[in-house]
Amino acid sequence: MEIKKPAVAGTLESSDCMVTVEPGQGEIELDLDSVVIRQYGKQIRKIIHETLDRLDVNNAKVTVVDKGALDCTIKARVECAVYRSNDIRDNLPWGGVIR
Amino acid sequence: MNPNMKRLRRSMMFLNCQKPGLIKDPYVYAPDSIMLDLEDAVAEREKDAARYSLYHALQEIDYRGVERVVRINGLDTDLWIEDIRCSVAGGCDAIRIPKTETAEDVQKVEAAVIAAEKEFGAEEGRTLIMAALESAKGVMHAYEICQASPRLFGIALSGGDYTKDLQTTISGTGVELMGARQHMIIAARATGVQCFDTVYTNLNDMEGFRRDVETIHTMGFDGKSIINPRQIPIVHEIYTPKPKDIIFAEKVVREIDTKKAQGIGVFTVDGKMIDIAFYDGAKRTLALAKASGVYKGEL
Repeated sequence: MEIKKPAVAGTLESSDCMVTVEPGQGEIELDLDSVVIRQYGKQIRKIIHETLDRLDVNNAKVTVVDKGALDCTIKARVECAVYRSNDIRDNLPWGGVIR
Repeated sequence: MNPNMKRLRRSMMFLNCQKPGLIKDPYVYAPDSIMLDLEDAVAEREKDAARYSLYHALQEIDYRGVERVVRINGLDTDLWIEDIRCSVAGGCDAIRIPKTETAEDVQKVEAAVIAAEKEFGAEEGRTLIMAALESAKGVMHAYEICQASPRLFGIALSGGDYTKDLQTTISGTGVELMGARQHMIIAARATGVQCFDTVYTNLNDMEGFRRDVETIHTMGFDGKSIINPRQIPIVHEIYTPKPKDIIFAEKVVREIDTKKAQGIGVFTVDGKMIDIAFYDGAKRTLALAKASGVYKGEL
């Protein structure tokens, strides 16, 4: 999926994360800031990359500020930002690439 | 019939799907049901975001047996069908319809739920429905609404919108809700579905809350909508049969079984006149005690 325009999802509240996606320069450029980066940084990066892979996003600048979100929240925020960048809000592929 | 139609639902706790911190572990408070809200609690611009959070929470969080009901957006919006697709794909236990006014409202949602179960390969009939009545028209149609779908397990009063429609306000005494409560519980009992009361929003008045729960318990309601975990123990305490009630119910059931076999219709238990009319009530007390975990007997 193409990142057509900058889009944001999530908040900076505890247990949440804020994900920003912007059109990239030919690859995925991930900038991660997390309150638990030492313990879970690797796992959070893995979740973000897996989610982008599923959505077939391979050209984006992705900025994530994590405030201790669960894996399921990180996935939800990345998906939301990607679909917002395409203005898609209905008839989503629940259980398909969103899983 | 779906085995969850008649499950224990003393407390149904509202949680805002817009807030991941709220929906990640509500099972620690042990409500009977959670009401994952996509409607009023979610800001208009965050309706889409709430769905992704809901879907993944339903798929990945172990709610440890707590029933997961999703409150969808109203049928007067362009949001409710996608809400149902997301909820059913996630595997929710039930859909709550807001602002239900007619049996047709329930049937519209039922059709969308059936379509979603087919689309996502869910077992047919696994997703139940409940209807919130929030207007004078909805309350007047309670009897028809209760019979609108075999998936409908209950109706709930939504006091805020209902009192607005009546052109009054929530007084804290319950006077303004009396007619709707009475009408709805009668409709629910006449049709064999459950009935749930509205929220109590003043968290600084726990004594008022207790009186409110005692009132609806006495009226016959199956449970109450909850907005804060502090309210749960009070509801469960009031709804859990007391030891003396359990002992009495056991005696009533045993005596009626014995006396029936002897051809005796009326007799006394602990000085009270008992006949067959007491049988179902005593059985219900024991079933509620068992479901509440305070009765291990075989009756």
